[in-house]
Amino acid sequence: MPLELIDSPGADSNQREGLWTLNFGPQHPATHTTLRLVLQLDGEMVVDAEPDIGFLHSGFEKLAEVLDYNQYVTIVDRMNYISPMANEIAWHHAVEGLLGIELTPRCKYIRTIFAELMRIHDHLLCTGTCVLDLGGATAFMYAFNEREKIYEICERASGQRFHTGYTRVGGLLYDVTDDWVQMVREFCKTFPKAYRDFAGLVMKNRIFVERTRGVGVLSKADAIAGGATGPVARASGVERDLRRDEPYLAYDDLDFDVCCAEGGDCYARFQVRMMEMLESLKIIEQALDRLPSGPVFISGTGKEGLPDKREVYRSIEGLIHHFENIMPNRQMPSPKESYYGATESPNGELGYYIVSDGDFRAYRARTRPPSLLHFSLFSRMIRGCMLSDVAAVLGSINIIAAELDR
Amino acid sequence: MTESAESDWKQVLEKALPSANLRWSEFRNQHRVDVPASAIVAVLTALRDAGMDQLCDLTAVDLLEYPGATDRFEVVYLLLNTTSGQRLTVRTHLNEPDLKIPSAVPIWFGADWLEREVYDMYGIVFEGHPNFKRLLLPEAFESFPMRKDYPVKGRGERHNFPIITRAES
Amino acid sequence: MATQINKQLGDNIFLTTLDAAASWARANSLWPMPFATACCGIELMSTAASRHDLSRFGSEVMRFTPRQCDLMIVAGRVVMKMIPVLQRIWMQMPEPKWCISMGACACSGGVFDTYAVVQGIDRFIPVDVYVPGCPPRPEQLIRAIMDLQDKIKKTGTYNAREFQLRILPDGPKRFDEDELMRIRERNGLKLDDHKYDPIH
Repeated sequence: MPLELIDSPGADSNQREGLWTLNFGPQHPATHTTLRLVLQLDGEMVVDAEPDIGFLHSGFEKLAEVLDYNQYVTIVDRMNYISPMANEIAWHHAVEGLLGIELTPRCKYIRTIFAELMRIHDHLLCTGTCVLDLGGATAFMYAFNEREKIYEICERASGQRFHTGYTRVGGLLYDVTDDWVQMVREFCKTFPKAYRDFAGLVMKNRIFVERTRGVGVLSKADAIAGGATGPVARASGVERDLRRDEPYLAYDDLDFDVCCAEGGDCYARFQVRMMEMLESLKIIEQALDRLPSGPVFISGTGKEGLPDKREVYRSIEGLIHHFENIMPNRQMPSPKESYYGATESPNGELGYYIVSDGDFRAYRARTRPPSLLHFSLFSRMIRGCMLSDVAAVLGSINIIAAELDR
Repeated sequence: MTESAESDWKQVLEKALPSANLRWSEFRNQHRVDVPASAIVAVLTALRDAGMDQLCDLTAVDLLEYPGATDRFEVVYLLLNTTSGQRLTVRTHLNEPDLKIPSAVPIWFGADWLEREVYDMYGIVFEGHPNFKRLLLPEAFESFPMRKDYPVKGRGERHNFPIITRAES
Repeated sequence: MATQINKQLGDNIFLTTLDAAASWARANSLWPMPFATACCGIELMSTAASRHDLSRFGSEVMRFTPRQCDLMIVAGRVVMKMIPVLQRIWMQMPEPKWCISMGACACSGGVFDTYAVVQGIDRFIPVDVYVPGCPPRPEQLIRAIMDLQDKIKKTGTYNAREFQLRILPDGPKRFDEDELMRIRERNGLKLDDHKYDPIH
């Protein structure tokens, strides 16, 4: 039966008789996390897919209404958990936009470095696990080797290797030390070689290339109207990157390219991700060279920001300042307004729409999750593909269930 | 968005809806327009035709405890022009018991899941949506958890499952 | 005859109970079923990946079908919509089976004290080892698996002491202190001697 016939709404119902239904997930290795697909198959060809999500809906947005701007950072961490710090940066970018805070240069650069490290972090895992799902276990091991190095960098800066909780309104938890800078430099030195190994295992792997090329095509028009952003949109030819188009942090001063590809298939998405890793490395190197000295917190006697920990422990003024900013009834007021702040997270545009009622906590903090919009495009991408392509397409759009369901 | 850009959109909307009651506001260079719920489809269609090709986000806010609010729900459309990078926020207000608003899926199909999520969380019905049901929560769930009158810890739904013991497993 | 066999085989013969041998084999050939839902799942991947290499401890054969597995690692928070799935998968696993609850969310709900998140999976399925942390480091998970192996080795198959205990109505129960005392007296141990702990 030709596909157009099945797709057209006027198709006779008895022509659908040969179809069979397959349940995919919610516990399936290729879903990486928890999502479910109900596939309509004609033989081995996917005619339609109906995603069923919500298997990890944990009420993030409800928690945003009870936790204050600094506390909620521990929760956003757990949203896109393969690049935790990218969420923190996005959240505090939106909060600082609402409060009208201008960060110190050093803080901007450190956040930029972390944002780009997280991009590498995310793309490594996304690509590595997709190759694993398509049958190649080796690239996954190489990817994790590099990821462990980034974990160590996070651990050195924040004390936690995974969910760092590192950013604060108007600054960072701690300043970084010189040996942290050395560590990142060391990573920049060793990463290109590891990248070559990894890229050889992925992009030159004939099985991988043949299983992803021409599979799961998303047209440019669909990508725009469907709300796709980030690597998924750029692989379809939408040349848009918030780092360049709406510069935040230190991206204005740094030189980098926006990686795009044509085709919009799975292979193009991986191409974009692989290219972006090198661009990120370029950004990190530049940012390290220009890393300014100075404080990481905005000059701090006001209600915004927190005093330096050393001051808190060693002086009564610091302790009073800390107390004033931490106690629930004394915290910073916020303008009675709504604000949307977005950053280019590894997965796409990660934004927060914050409605404030003048309190120290958000009245409503809506996350604009890239995964949700990408996954809603999934059934468009998969139509007409084979059953075995489901794993490739799922891997290429990098669905993170916690971000998808929140 | 620059000042001239705002007046662009103003012109677009005034041309399309000369009689509609639109209120414009601005905060930190983000432009917002409040429109009546009856005019929402006309406004969104006019903006889409004028270049707002992406629905960046669609969400709602429960204004039950918001100081000074007169309406119960606010539905927010964040629009984006992917070529020029201009953004515009369109807001509309709804009140109980008439929680119905026309769907934006015919305008941007990306609104599909976003509208279902708003229904899931707030109970706002989008009329004309092709596949309208809950998105995230189980079908059997009865409340709308993001409403302000729903407690954070729920009403005991999370404990309501059978217990499997060692002997049974 | 006996001496001849002894001569031929020398030190290659071990005498042990069937129980101990079977438990030893069980403990060192765990087939985990990674029930990875959230962040902890990534640390679970880390544990199995190159640096931490779980296969050194004899439990790297991750199988995604419950019918082939005997250890379920619940990594990440479990929410309302997921708990029926979790229970179903647990029921599909063949006996003997064990469960590790990895991370604060699986153990107690963690930071997610909200309407949707189940406040600890042990409310609904039995759990053997709890791993704290949000998420736990890979080392912690490895330690948990070693603890579980220890537990399995002490379980036994013939008398199946462990499985007898499993008839108790719900979850891991606090051991009856009087019973503990009686067992210790029966075995000629002092009351404060902790070497023999019948729960293991």
